[in-house]
Amino acid sequence: MMKLFNTILIGITSGSIYSLMAIAIVLVWRSTRVINFAQAGLALASSFVGFEVLTRTGSFWIALPVALLAGAGMSAFIEYFFLRPLLKRSGDESQEIFLPIIATLGLLGVIKAILSFIYGDQNGTISPPVSDKDFIVGANSISMSPMRVLILIVVIVLVSSITWLFQKTSIGLALRASSYSPEISRLAGVRVDLIRTCGWAISGAAGSAAGMLQTANGSGSLSPDSLEFSLLLVFGFVAAVIGGLESLLGAVLGGITLGIFISFVLMYVSGSLVFISAFLILLLVLYVRPQGIIGKKVGRRA
Amino acid sequence: MSLVITDLCVDHGAIRAINGVSFSVSTGQLAAVVGSNGAGKTTLLRTLSGLNKATAGNAHWKSTNLLQAKPEKLVRKGLSHVSEGKSVIPELSVAENLDLGALWRRNKKESAQSKEAILSNFPRLGERLGQRADTLSGGERQMLAIGRSLMSKPELLLLDEPSLGLAPLVIEQIFQSIRDLTTSMGLTVLLVEQNAIGALKIADIGIVLNLGKVAIAGPAQTLIADPAVRAAYLGY
Ligand SMILES: Nc1ncnc2c1ncn2[C@@H]1O[C@H](COP(=O)(O)OP(=O)(O)OP(=O)(O)O)[C@@H](O)[C@H]1O
Ligand SMILES: [Mg+2]
Repeated sequence: MMKLFNTILIGITSGSIYSLMAIAIVLVWRSTRVINFAQAGLALASSFVGFEVLTRTGSFWIALPVALLAGAGMSAFIEYFFLRPLLKRSGDESQEIFLPIIATLGLLGVIKAILSFIYGDQNGTISPPVSDKDFIVGANSISMSPMRVLILIVVIVLVSSITWLFQKTSIGLALRASSYSPEISRLAGVRVDLIRTCGWAISGAAGSAAGMLQTANGSGSLSPDSLEFSLLLVFGFVAAVIGGLESLLGAVLGGITLGIFISFVLMYVSGSLVFISAFLILLLVLYVRPQGIIGKKVGRRA
Repeated sequence: MSLVITDLCVDHGAIRAINGVSFSVSTGQLAAVVGSNGAGKTTLLRTLSGLNKATAGNAHWKSTNLLQAKPEKLVRKGLSHVSEGKSVIPELSVAENLDLGALWRRNKKESAQSKEAILSNFPRLGERLGQRADTLSGGERQMLAIGRSLMSKPELLLLDEPSLGLAPLVIEQIFQSIRDLTTSMGLTVLLVEQNAIGALKIADIGIVLNLGKVAIAGPAQTLIADPAVRAAYLGY
């Protein structure tokens, strides 16, 4: 009974980080219809920025916002200088689909190569800012530590801020309108190009938060080849697709569902099946509900 | 003359959709652009609002060159385009669709006044502010599309087939609204329609487009009254 409870707790915590990554992927998808495979690379790069700030200041609470800003800046930079010109130049519709995939995959490689060049074999570390020792209640150890509580709080704060931004602010309305119908939005006076860059920036921030938390929650070690970031890329993507790719709520549900599922595989089956099982749940969801858990069938209109 | 179009040519690849069109509209006039399927009406409006690129010619709204600017810029210069089909965003609520048209406006007090004025013109929208736009009837959606365009405080309004797919009674209401708004708000309107008679009845001037050219233009009443025009272009 205790094991079951703990499995779910672990699943929710790690799932909440996947949710952030999924949100990052969904935001880019919604604003430009691009699956950004470089998202994990951006998360990695901004986590390194976070690491640098952490070594200099010693404060996780300065490092985290700086990493978020760095993630937002890099993501906006990539959209503006790299993807936009590429999409403008792409000719037919099949190019429009394949070019960004190849481009962002290439970008992932480039970012990793640059980081490897800068850091070599030297790893960064982001150690938990608060204790990661499990709480003990009576004779039982509960899989919830101050660090896990902190992760959940940070994720909840970020997700609610993003939701608030989308639902309650002018820029949120512009972001939603531009993703549903760029043409009508332009006719209404929305600077759709600028709004798309904003969408990428918010996505970059969400992704870098995922990167920072994932590192602090995991081994704490940060390297261009670390397992944490391969996991983040795969799980973020799977969570986004399970959630239907279109909504923030879907991304959150997708992340938590995936987290709990993975946690069960880890605790009850085998740690070596984690990757396979992520793809298994992806296939299962796509088979039963191709539009994702709460996705609706929508195409892109003019 | 405030809207002046001269020798305008627009191509879709190898197809010349607009072929040397010239006409002008004075401030405060309602001009009906009529013509059958494929005459080039939609292409004309999309070019004036910056969605399509012109191949040759000129088009000015007062001192603004319409052929050089992007749609989002032209909105800020007082031009508003309600595109073909119901130009609303179905996933957004009625209120959000309206607000969208005024996002760029700095003065929020004025935007709120515009909204109030629009809702008093289209009270049915006011009763449905929280509803998603795709739950509206066709006529209500067209009202919303026009309402959204008015939120941008336009001086020049481009309307592409507001009667499309509506019942005759609803068409009459929409046309009457367009006429009333033109007069009360001092708008200049370019109304594109296949429903030629309906549009010409409320218009000050009429322009008949045929295969990308102006076949005939003049005061709307004269066009309706001319038996030759009726037989050749208005289809009755
Ligand atoms: N995107 C496009 N690509 C190629 N040809 C086009 C395109 N849009 C319009 N055309 C062609 O240009 C011509 C004019 O089309 P347009 O849509 O402007 O006509 P219309 O008068 O609005 O017709 P309707 O009353 O049916 O809406 C047609 O021959 C059409 O086939
Ligand atoms: Mg048309």
